[in-house]
Amino acid sequence: MVPLSYYLTLSGILFACGVAGFLIKRNIITIFLSIELMLNGVNLTFVSFAAQLKSLDGHIFVFFVMVVAAAEAAVGLAIIIAVFRTRETLNVDRVNLLKL
Amino acid sequence: MLHLVLFFIFAAVCVGGAINLLAQRHPINSALSLIVVMGSLAVIYLLLGAEFVAAVQVIVYAGAVMVLFVFVIMLLNAGVEERIAHGSRVATMLGVPGLIVGLVIGVWVVSRLTGLDKISIGGPSVMNGTEAFGNPQAVGHLLFKDYLLPFEVTSILILIAIMGAVVLARREE
Repeated sequence: MVPLSYYLTLSGILFACGVAGFLIKRNIITIFLSIELMLNGVNLTFVSFAAQLKSLDGHIFVFFVMVVAAAEAAVGLAIIIAVFRTRETLNVDRVNLLKL
Repeated sequence: MLHLVLFFIFAAVCVGGAINLLAQRHPINSALSLIVVMGSLAVIYLLLGAEFVAAVQVIVYAGAVMVLFVFVIMLLNAGVEERIAHGSRVATMLGVPGLIVGLVIGVWVVSRLTGLDKISIGGPSVMNGTEAFGNPQAVGHLLFKDYLLPFEVTSILILIAIMGAVVLARREE
């Protein structure tokens, strides 16, 4: 029998790892992966509260989060491809000009 | 007892994968460790009785989204991340510890102001994931009755995302 706080702690750790990766990583793809990690941490919070409250609304919300994450991944990776095509780099420190 | 053991095993795998994501320098290694995190999260969803969410986690997240990521990493031939040495030393040394201290103080202040710390969660109420109330049938009933309009809106969102991805990634003539 697992208390709710364990699940919340795990999701907090995952979210913190995502924030840390977002801040310290310099590769744009790894930054994007960190965002996905944060979304996963939040999803775990939703599911654990849904189990605690015996309500299915959290599951529905996780479904919508996954849909938005999939759409975001498709558009974001397209933007990354477009940036790489013009800049020839994936380092966000080198992408610092608005014009080409 | 079995639930606790399984939770600790897969939570350890989860945290290990998340830390490995930060430690690796090559994006493909980070992507593969994120797949490990998502797979073990699916098992944790099963422990919580969320069968539908666990299946969707494996199919959509660990399957489709991560395949897209790995595909783009391979396509762009992404190498080991390079570091450009600039920026102040003080920010490098104090950045992460300062951020952690700031977050802890912020959480403390908010929980004191809103009385969140008075609510005890997870004390007497424990979860036994034996009753799987999140099976696809129940979720489907809710999704197609109460949440029908948001569900249809997400399909339009996906359609717009597909068109946007095609337009953005198209090579300009």
